[in-house]
Amino acid sequence: MGVGIEVKDLNAWYGSNHTLQDINLNIQPNEATALIGPSGCGKSTFVRCLNRMHETNPIAKVTGSVRIGDLDIYNDASPVEVRRRIGMVFQRPNPFPTMSIYDNVASGLRLNGFRNRRVLDEVVERSLKHAALWDEVKDELKKKSGASLSGGQQQRLCIARALAVDPEVLLMDEPASALDPVSTAKIEDLIFQLKSQYTIIIVTHNMQQAARVAERTGFFLNGKLVEFDSTHKIFTNPRDKRTEDYITGRFG
Amino acid sequence: MPVSVTKDVEKLKDTSVASPQETAATHSGASTPQGVVDVSSVRKFLMARGNSAVADRGFRWLMIACAMSIFAIVALIASELIARSQLSIAKFGIGFFFKQAWNPVTGDYGALTFIYGTLASSIVALIIAVPLSIGVSVFITEMSPKFLRGPLSFLTELLAAIPSVVYGLWAVFVLVPILRDDVNPVLMKTLGWTGFFAPPNFGQGVMTAGVILAIMILPIISSLTREVMTAVPGSQREAVLALGATRWEMIRMGVLRNARIGIVGSIILGLGRALGETMAVTMVIGNRPEIVKSLLAPGYSMASVIANEFTEASDSLYLSALVEIGLALFLVTIIVNGLARLLVWAVTRGASARVA
Ligand SMILES: Nc1ncnc2c1ncn2[C@@H]1O[C@H](COP(=O)(O)OP(=O)(O)O)[C@@H](O)[C@H]1O
Ligand SMILES: [Mg+2]
Repeated sequence: MGVGIEVKDLNAWYGSNHTLQDINLNIQPNEATALIGPSGCGKSTFVRCLNRMHETNPIAKVTGSVRIGDLDIYNDASPVEVRRRIGMVFQRPNPFPTMSIYDNVASGLRLNGFRNRRVLDEVVERSLKHAALWDEVKDELKKKSGASLSGGQQQRLCIARALAVDPEVLLMDEPASALDPVSTAKIEDLIFQLKSQYTIIIVTHNMQQAARVAERTGFFLNGKLVEFDSTHKIFTNPRDKRTEDYITGRFG
Repeated sequence: MPVSVTKDVEKLKDTSVASPQETAATHSGASTPQGVVDVSSVRKFLMARGNSAVADRGFRWLMIACAMSIFAIVALIASELIARSQLSIAKFGIGFFFKQAWNPVTGDYGALTFIYGTLASSIVALIIAVPLSIGVSVFITEMSPKFLRGPLSFLTELLAAIPSVVYGLWAVFVLVPILRDDVNPVLMKTLGWTGFFAPPNFGQGVMTAGVILAIMILPIISSLTREVMTAVPGSQREAVLALGATRWEMIRMGVLRNARIGIVGSIILGLGRALGETMAVTMVIGNRPEIVKSLLAPGYSMASVIANEFTEASDSLYLSALVEIGLALFLVTIIVNGLARLLVWAVTRGASARVA
C-alpha cells in the first residue's frame, strides 16, 4: 500500500546554487503525481530529495522536512533505510550489465541478505509481471544479461528491480524520455496499473503524459513550486499566469 | 556539375586579374555581394597547393614502416631465441621444462627449478599486491577527500618510475632484515604448520622476492584498476544506492562488479611484469637452484639465472640451455601481457562515452 508524502519548507543547494526554494506540498497516497517544468527548474533535485539521493553529491545540501507515511526521513532514519522503502527509476535505464535479468530484479533483496530461493523466484516473477516484462523475458531469465534488452525493456526491468523490494513510494525521473513511443505507452499503462499499490511521483517534460497518467500535477519554475493542483485544473484552468504560459507553450 | 566548375574557374579568373586597388574597391562597393573576393582568394590559395599526393604517400609508407618494425623486432627476437637454443632443444626436448637438474659440470640442464622460482615469487607478489592495490584504488576513487586524491595517485605512480636496481638495493638493506628478524619468525610460528614457512630463515628467498615484486607491481595494478573503476558510469552507482545499499555494498555491487574484467586484466598485467622482473629479484631471491616447499628458503628465477650465468656460460650447450629458458620466459610474458591488454581493452573501450 502506498503512503502519503508531506514536504515542508524544503530547500536544496548544489554548492551556492539555491536549486529548490521553500517547497511545500502534500502528495496523496496511491495516486500518481506529475511534476512538470522547464529543464533545470529543479524537478530532478526535488525527487532526489525524497529518497535522500540528493545528499550523495558532495556539494549538495538540503534543509526542511519530508515525511513519508509516518517517517520523518531526514530525522528518524538513515539514508540507507529511507532508500529501502522508496523505489527510484532514472531517466536513462541503468540495469546492471554484469547480471542476468533474474539477478537484476533480485539485486535489491539479495543486497539486504535475502536468500530464500523459492521466495526470490516468486518475487522476481511477480515484479516482472508488474512491470509488464515477464512474457518477453521469461524463457531467458537467467541466461540473458540485463544490458542485452532493448531500451524500453531495460527501463521496465529497472521498474521491476525497484518494485521487487516492495517500496511504499515509486519515484520516476523522466522514465520514458529516452524511449520510443511504443515503449512509452507501455510505461504509461504500467503507471496506471501500479497506482493502486504504490504512491507514484513522475517527473516528465511531456505534458500529455502528465495529463494521461497523473491525478495531480505540480509546476516547477526556477526552483520554486509555482502551482500544485489536480491535473485537470492545471491543464484547463491554472491559477498562475506562468503555469498557463508554460502549458500553452507560450513560455520563455 | 560541369556548370558550377566553369563558374568557379571564372570567379578565380576574375580575382586574379583584379589589381589590389580594384579588389579594395569591390569590397567597399555595395554592388558586389560581400565575401566573393575572399572566398575566391582562399580557393586560389588552396588550389595552388596541389594535392600533396607524393608527400602523403611517403608519410603513409613511413608510418607503415614504423608499425612493421614492431612486428619485425618481435619476430627477430623469437627466431633468434629459437635458433640459439637449438642445441638444448635437440638434446633435452620437451623434458627440459620438467627437469630439476642444473649441472654445468655434467652438462645436464632442466628449467623446472627456475620456472618454479619465477611462478612462486610472482604468486606471492600477487597475493600481497592484489588486495593492497584494489584497496588503494577503492580508497582513491570512492572515499578519499579531494585534496588527497592527487598526491596519492601521484605517489603510487611514482613507485612505477623507480628503477628496479634501486628496489633491489632497498630490499637488500631494509626489507631483508625486517623480514628475517620481525616478519618471518611470526609467520613460522603461526603458519609453520602449512610447511610454507619453515626454517632456514636467511632473509633471502622466494618470499622476499615476492614482497619486493609486490611493491613493484602495485602501481601497475592500482593505476589500471583505478582507471576501470572510474570508467564505471555514475548511473550504476546511483542504481545501487537507490536500492538502499550502504557505501561498501555500492562499491562492491556497483563498482567492483562492473569493473571486474578490467581488474583481472590489470592483475594479469602486473603478473606479466612480475614474471619478467630480473634485477630486484636476483638481488634477494638467494640464487640457489633448488625447489623447496618453504617460501623462506632461497630459490632461483628464470630471469635471474639468465642474468647471473650468461656471461660465465662456458660451453655452447650451457649457453643454449640458458637461451631456451629465455625463450620460455619470452613466450609466457607475451601471452600473459597480450591476455591482459585484451581484457583491459574490452572493458575500457567506449567507457568515456558511457560516463554521464
Ligand atoms: N550534479 C549537479 N551539480 C551541480 N549542479 C547541478 C547538478 N545537478 C543539477 N544541478 C543544477 O540544479 C538545477 C536544477 O537541476 P535539475 O533538478 O536537474 O533540473 P530538472 O530535473 O528540472 O531539469 C540546475 O540549475 C542545475 O544546473
Ligand atoms: Mg531532470
